[in-house]
Amino acid sequence: MYDPTVARLTYRALLGRRRALILGALPLLLIAISLAVRALAGADDQTAADVLGGLALATMVPIIGVIAGTGAIGPEIDDGSVVYLLSKPIKRPTIIFTKLIVAIAVTMVFSAVPTLIAGFVLNGNGQQVAVAYTVAALVASIAYAALFLLLGTVSRHAVVFGLVYALVWEALFGSLVPGARTLSVQQWSLAVAQKVSGGDLVTSDVGLTTATVLLASVTVLATWYAGQKLRSLTLAGEE
Amino acid sequence: MAAEQSMQTPATASGDTRIHNIGYRSYDGPRLGRGYARLSLYTQSLRGSYGLGRSVKSKVLPMLLFVVMCVPAAIMVAVAVATKANDLPVDYTRYAIIMQAVVSLYVASQAPQSVSRDLRFKTVPLYFSRPIETADYVRAKFAALASALFILTAAPLLVLYIGALLAKLDFSDQTKGFAQGLVSVALLSLLFAGIGLVIASVTPRRGFGIAAVIAVLTISYGAVSTLQAIAEVQSSGDGIAWIGLFSPITLIDGVQSAFLGATSAFPGGVGPTNAEGVVYVLFCLGLIAACYGLLMRRYKKVGL
Repeated sequence: MYDPTVARLTYRALLGRRRALILGALPLLLIAISLAVRALAGADDQTAADVLGGLALATMVPIIGVIAGTGAIGPEIDDGSVVYLLSKPIKRPTIIFTKLIVAIAVTMVFSAVPTLIAGFVLNGNGQQVAVAYTVAALVASIAYAALFLLLGTVSRHAVVFGLVYALVWEALFGSLVPGARTLSVQQWSLAVAQKVSGGDLVTSDVGLTTATVLLASVTVLATWYAGQKLRSLTLAGEE
Repeated sequence: MAAEQSMQTPATASGDTRIHNIGYRSYDGPRLGRGYARLSLYTQSLRGSYGLGRSVKSKVLPMLLFVVMCVPAAIMVAVAVATKANDLPVDYTRYAIIMQAVVSLYVASQAPQSVSRDLRFKTVPLYFSRPIETADYVRAKFAALASALFILTAAPLLVLYIGALLAKLDFSDQTKGFAQGLVSVALLSLLFAGIGLVIASVTPRRGFGIAAVIAVLTISYGAVSTLQAIAEVQSSGDGIAWIGLFSPITLIDGVQSAFLGATSAFPGGVGPTNAEGVVYVLFCLGLIAACYGLLMRRYKKVGL
């Protein structure tokens, strides 16, 4: 199910040249902001939870997820070089699974690790806030990567749709329509984080059981469907 | 072909070769020159920003965002007319700030569309084989995206204005507000177009460009509003205004609340004072000029 060559190629497509620097700029910014907040406001659990929840989990993780998830397959389909990969005797679901693993790893490294560092900078992991949000970022990385990888195989405008989901659906509708929160990766991962922290700083609108079931099923279904999609891929010319 | 053969048959074996005139003519019509080429590039880019002259699929997103931008304005007008309100529910200057997610998505999707594809398919050298220069290309693209953004942000204001007049609100008051709103969205269009194009012109990959533009716009806004919220809790009120300089949308917000009579969306509702407002305006214009300069530098050596 895991092909090292495909993995190596995907890593190079995602992190090659200057791309790793651009991906790394976001986490660095988060850490810089948390240093500034710590200097301005001192260690405060509520502030730490606000910064990590509002900036790290709500904005940074989805954006990194979009870049890594769609970037793992989108450009290849876009410029047609995916045919060289598909013509090799590798199963299509294997290709998807390998790319998913890479996308998850990249998202985790560039979002969960900085979240942990930022959490420790902000309040030294008081009330388990840093660990809770790191767990949330880890869980969200898996679901986002699977979801956006699927989008990458389905649509040519995967990045836009991914961003519309992450920013408009989760952030805007999530804050206006309570029902939209049930269908949001962010809330599912927060449910897991709530369990970890045990305090009332990290809260979610979704129960833990619902959240885990939905997370697991979304990840598995998205991966399976992406594999199916790749089996019957039609290459279209640039519009 | 027949003529050629008939001419070849009497050719002697002495080995002489001739070039036959087969009637190609050189162009002697009017040459429209640089200005015309620049104008064409501008019109094409502007039309392309709304998917006109392109496939149906690429019309969907810009048109959808345009509709999403205008529908709330129409609803507000309908409510204002129906309830016979004395004022519109939202200021003209505030509208673009509220709808900033839509504006950001539009820039992010259309800026790479405008420049990244030229880079990826290596058509930029072809443009420069025409009588246009770097400055023409940059100005045409910049102006086209800024105009497209202006259409996107000014159309809902027009809807609000017409609706306000239909609802018989105070004419001079509404006209003043409308004019202030137009100045503010013009500034916003220039700033966003500049930032979007600078980022998009770095990468030939459309998807990566979209993500990069949206990341810069949303993360900077998220960071600034977080810091402002914390500064407000810490009651260091004068810090709030200075922090606002560091994200495009709060920059516009600061400019319009200092000089265009808008109420600030900053936490606490305290906008910059007049002195700070001058810094805001200078910073904003400087940023637009810097974007233009960076684009000029970028296209000095592209593909050559």
